[in-house]
Amino acid sequence: MAAAEKAVLILGGTSDIGRATALAFAQSQWTVRLAGRSLADLQREADDISVRTGRQVTAHPFDVLDTDSFTVFVNALPDLPDVVISVVGLLGEQPRAETDLDHAKEILRTNYEGPALILRVFAEQFLGRGYGSIVGVSSVAGDRGRGSNYFYGSAKAGFSAFLSGLRNRLAINSSIQVMTVKPGFVRTKMAEHRKLPPLITATPAEVGEAILGGLNRRRDVIYVRSIWFFVMLIIRLMPERIFKRLKL
Amino acid sequence: MTAISGWGRYPINDTEMIHPRTVDAARRATVQANPGIARGNGRAYGDAAVGVRQTIEMAHLNRMRAFDPRTGQLTVEAGLLLTDLIATFLPRGFFPYVVPGTSFITVGGAIAADVHGKNHHCQGGFGQYVENILLVLPTGETIGASREEHPDLFRATIGGMGLTGTILEATIRLRPIETGWIRQRTFVADDLDTTIGALECGDSATYSVAWIDCLARGARLGRSLIFLGEHAALHHLGERHVANRFPLRKPSMSMPVDAPSFVLNRWTAAAFNELYFRAGARKAASSTLVPTHPYFFPLDALGNWNRMYGRRGFVEHQSVLPIKNAQTTLAEMLDRIAKRGESAFLAVLKKLGAGSGSLSFPMPGYTLALDFPIERGLFSVLDELDELVVAAGGRLYLAKDARQSRATFEAGYSDLSFFSEVRRTVDPAGKLKSRLAERLLI
Ligand SMILES: Cc1cc2nc3c(=O)[nH]c(=O)nc-3n(C[C@H](O)[C@H](O)[C@H](O)COP(=O)(O)OP(=O)(O)OC[C@H]3O[C@@H](n4cnc5c(N)ncnc54)[C@H](O)[C@@H]3O)c2cc1C
Ligand SMILES: NC(=O)c1ccc[n+]([C@@H]2O[C@H](COP(=O)([O-])OP(=O)(O)OC[C@H]3O[C@@H](n4cnc5c(N)ncnc54)[C@H](OP(=O)(O)O)[C@@H]3O)[C@@H](O)[C@H]2O)c1
Repeated sequence: MAAAEKAVLILGGTSDIGRATALAFAQSQWTVRLAGRSLADLQREADDISVRTGRQVTAHPFDVLDTDSFTVFVNALPDLPDVVISVVGLLGEQPRAETDLDHAKEILRTNYEGPALILRVFAEQFLGRGYGSIVGVSSVAGDRGRGSNYFYGSAKAGFSAFLSGLRNRLAINSSIQVMTVKPGFVRTKMAEHRKLPPLITATPAEVGEAILGGLNRRRDVIYVRSIWFFVMLIIRLMPERIFKRLKL
Repeated sequence: MTAISGWGRYPINDTEMIHPRTVDAARRATVQANPGIARGNGRAYGDAAVGVRQTIEMAHLNRMRAFDPRTGQLTVEAGLLLTDLIATFLPRGFFPYVVPGTSFITVGGAIAADVHGKNHHCQGGFGQYVENILLVLPTGETIGASREEHPDLFRATIGGMGLTGTILEATIRLRPIETGWIRQRTFVADDLDTTIGALECGDSATYSVAWIDCLARGARLGRSLIFLGEHAALHHLGERHVANRFPLRKPSMSMPVDAPSFVLNRWTAAAFNELYFRAGARKAASSTLVPTHPYFFPLDALGNWNRMYGRRGFVEHQSVLPIKNAQTTLAEMLDRIAKRGESAFLAVLKKLGAGSGSLSFPMPGYTLALDFPIERGLFSVLDELDELVVAAGGRLYLAKDARQSRATFEAGYSDLSFFSEVRRTVDPAGKLKSRLAERLLI
């Protein structure tokens, strides 16, 4: 598609994945809008991408936990974007979530409630206009709950289910695409000091390219490195009797 | 604690690594240093980018801030790699005025070492094209320094090896280029006189460098291949090249493990020198078009080639000799090396102009860079070379140094007292200190 004049809105524009995605779109001649909590941090990314690509990049304050502000946020944008991508997420600390109710709530709300509700607003507006694409960055952690991160994982599971439900509803006679992205391991600041197996670890740039490519090919669900599809297939198929005893 | 070194993998020191992700975090790290130093991409060979306690790695501060295509002025964060800058701007017809022999260095590191390229004799060093530096002092104060504002601090920071504060951002000027190709000419020079003569004539060429076969002795002492280069204009390109007006290349290979120490020794070095010389001589006197990357950064395609020297690491001895003494001292130095049979693997000779910072390495004269794998007895040979350099009124490059003495350093850097004065004002508590600064009492 000719990208000129097309705009993409990235929620979570300060994350490594959000930044790499923004760069991929700007390099393909899209206008980019970045949203997130800190205007100064967003502006730094916006300037960088704009210098690198010569494209217009704007910054917009947005808090995914402040659900009451969503309508105002959407109406204050310069235009209704062609594509909206939610990269917002919070890994949090599982052990802390087990004892600290507020932290558990923050993980659930940041990964599920907030992203689902903001994308819901865009879905209705896109329907009214007749076109638009919605992308949610979820996680393989949502494919099956694990002892080491089930607050995060269950919220991502909820988000994935929301996206698949929305896709199902809109698939029939509408030109609105809904795509779920499951990155697998990604070398980001979240994972800076962890040793990750190179074969199944993607770079943020790969995730950005995968999102752009997936949209062009009208994909529904993408695993950034396809090997993850098989890894998760095996993990999902494992009988619970065995799975529950694994240290995962 | 992490054990780190410079590119030469000698010496290795323990330090606490700090990884600021924002300009604010870098400011905090600088204030909290006790003592510590900024680190770019660790391409300085010795201990310049290793903090006594903390080492502040600037790699994440790699954002571009602003660019004005009319003036070529680019503002960036200090951790931006030149390779990233070039990949972004070469296709748009801009290139740094000065690049060293590798593109894997940061803008902060390029300023702090006032790096020189093959065009130093006519276009000066990296510092000359820096318009403005945003610097955080260990007191927490953030200062914009330029030739007009805080000129003393500016002059001390260019070439100041991180010791006047942490560079957060800088505005540099890029040069417009019509193509990403270099017109290269190669000559053979049979001895040292001819080599120096060729570099003198090479004054008219923008880029010039001599690769010396440092195992040649006697009448052939100082025989070399001379490489001259110019940016190619559009009308210099043939059809094939026009289709690829701004060629870019990515590093393709890397050395996964350390080579055993015996791989690089005097015999393999001799064989390499001979083969390289013959290959170069065959191309001599011809003029060829070479893409930017292989022309300026031939070793970048090899990834972490420093592992080739094995576990013990290697040192580079890079000196500069004032013009009037250069010829005799160079002959003496090359003769010593040839006689000792030391296996200098690489020997590069280049003409330099004046430096722009108070601790900048360049001075009008000739610079000789020699790479040696670390072996028993090497350091005493290098001490002898140092004596020759000092006697000739020359000095050693801090960005390559891992072992020179305070006396050698003091003798070579005549602006040291000015530098120390600035350093006392901006860092009265001595919070900024690299292993190099500790060793040389800077
Ligand atoms: C293959 C190769 C070829 C080379 N060729 C040349 C050449 O042709 N000409 C030449 O001049 N040099 C050359 N060098 C040396 C290299 O260009 C310099 O050492 C350069 O400073 C390295 O930059 P860096 O970003 O890796 O910095 P580092 O090596 O990490 O640091 C170098 C110095 O800069 C300081 N520094 C780094 N970042 C900052 C900052 N943000 N604020 C304050 N201080 C900072 C450090 O404290 C240290 O003193 C070469 C090196 C290699 C490995
Ligand atoms: N890294 C991986 O290995 C990996 C693997 C699979 C999936 N993912 C998913 O990929 C996405 C990006 O991850 P990342 O690794 O790049 O991590 P990250 O840097 O932690 O990204 C999280 C992003 O969410 C934003 N955010 C958090 N809370 C917010 C709030 N209340 N309001 C608005 N924005 C908020 C953050 O913005 P602030 O700057 O405001 O904090 C940041 O941009 C996440 O959804 C993550 O779950 C990552």
